[in-house]
Amino acid sequence: MTLDDLLQGTGEWLRGEGPEVDVVVSTRIRLARNLADFPFPNRASALQRGEIESLLRERILQLADSWQFCYFALHRLPELDRQFLVERQLISREHAHANGQRGVAIGKGEASSIMVNEEDHLRLQVIRSGFQLDDAWHEINRLDDALSERVCYAFSEEFGFLTACPTNVGTGMRASVLLHLPALTLAKQLEKFFRALQKMNLVVRGLYGEGTRASGDFYQISNQVTLGRSEDEILRAIRETVPAIVDYERHAREVLVREMRSALQDRIHRSLGTLRSARMMTSEETLDLLSNVRLGVALQLLDDLTVPRINELLLQTQPAHLQKLVGEEMDTDQQNIVRARYLREQLRHVQLN
Amino acid sequence: MKCQRCNKRAVLHITENLGEGQIEELHFCEECGARYLSEPIPGTQTPGGSGTSAELEFLQQWDQLCCPECGATLKDFRNTGRLGCPRDYEHFREQLQPLLQSIHGDTQHLGKAPSQSANVELKRRELARLRRLMQELINAERYEEAARLRDQIRQLEARTQS
Repeated sequence: MTLDDLLQGTGEWLRGEGPEVDVVVSTRIRLARNLADFPFPNRASALQRGEIESLLRERILQLADSWQFCYFALHRLPELDRQFLVERQLISREHAHANGQRGVAIGKGEASSIMVNEEDHLRLQVIRSGFQLDDAWHEINRLDDALSERVCYAFSEEFGFLTACPTNVGTGMRASVLLHLPALTLAKQLEKFFRALQKMNLVVRGLYGEGTRASGDFYQISNQVTLGRSEDEILRAIRETVPAIVDYERHAREVLVREMRSALQDRIHRSLGTLRSARMMTSEETLDLLSNVRLGVALQLLDDLTVPRINELLLQTQPAHLQKLVGEEMDTDQQNIVRARYLREQLRHVQLN
Repeated sequence: MKCQRCNKRAVLHITENLGEGQIEELHFCEECGARYLSEPIPGTQTPGGSGTSAELEFLQQWDQLCCPECGATLKDFRNTGRLGCPRDYEHFREQLQPLLQSIHGDTQHLGKAPSQSANVELKRRELARLRRLMQELINAERYEEAARLRDQIRQLEARTQS
């Protein structure tokens, strides 16, 4: 498998299927793990980093065929390719921009990935389309068990899985759900929710994780605490909270349709109109407009488009994807021109009703 | 985040309670933070005084603490927010516990452990480590902590044998 093979599809998390997919885009679980006998990556010498990387690459590739991992040494990839992996949520921004020997193993269908030498030696990740918390946990637990038989993890009875940053120690688990909440955003109801979530030790972040702006009405909800709470408890908090938010979002959508139907239709069609006719388009604007169109699709106000199709457009219009699609590096202005052209072509045949 | 006095990275974040529900958030680098803490509190008669500088001295002593295995000091941790190696949790245990308590509201792991069959070796090492730690605590006449650790060791032994 090469990176260009990935370009053909959207990967697991944007497949646009699964439970509650009108509101829940994807479910993701991450586990932080370290080797017992090495310093953490930030303190490891170049030589040690190299040792860690080759050891882990070898062990990951030994895993059973069912995972079908493909390994990429990030320090040998051009910046554009690394950015491409960030956009697909296979690596973190930090991992893309770091220095030194490091890599990522990507499993079949991009449903699982393992970052090597990020902040921790190992960052395991499993993504599912829609709200599939238990399925994601089952899968990552299996991957974790398989790896733990091949390497010696840093673990203590007292502090659990030991991590470079004390905010991850214990289970090392971060479970997050990516939500599309346009109606609650419009109704200015989110503040209230986020305050309630805080009390349950859940945090809200933007689309691309820590420190990012919530763009296009996409929000990530994840657990804050990793020590003193078992995986079951952490998952239960999310399992109990997310359906309530989904219900409120759906209710807010119904209210919008009932009480502001014309204004809503106007907003959705203006967004689609801009996407179909603009000559220059930034990725931020694209995200905001596609968010409106996604709402229109979910409410069946637009018949000719589907959620997977919107997801595909969301991904392919990201800067690195666009440049790989065109096959050359471009400055921002050129990207905006090409992005607008791509969207016009993709949306030309959509029937307006 | 940058220090509000100079342009270095802020590592010290202070929330001042100004009373009547008013708070002020302050962000400093190491040096400016130390200076701020030793400054007299505005609006009070007495200068910052000896209490604060004694505290600082204590902090500076802590900063010297060093992990014999990776060479990281507690100061490194305060500056970067990252530990140097897994053993730091043992060597800085006392200093980390209050931090873990404030981050997680807990200091004891609950949940998954590496599977036993895969980690007999890990368990063996862990037991050796805990026994060593218990001996250190006994030598330091910290019997209560040693007793707690002894119970932990017994539990671990029982689980390893079963």
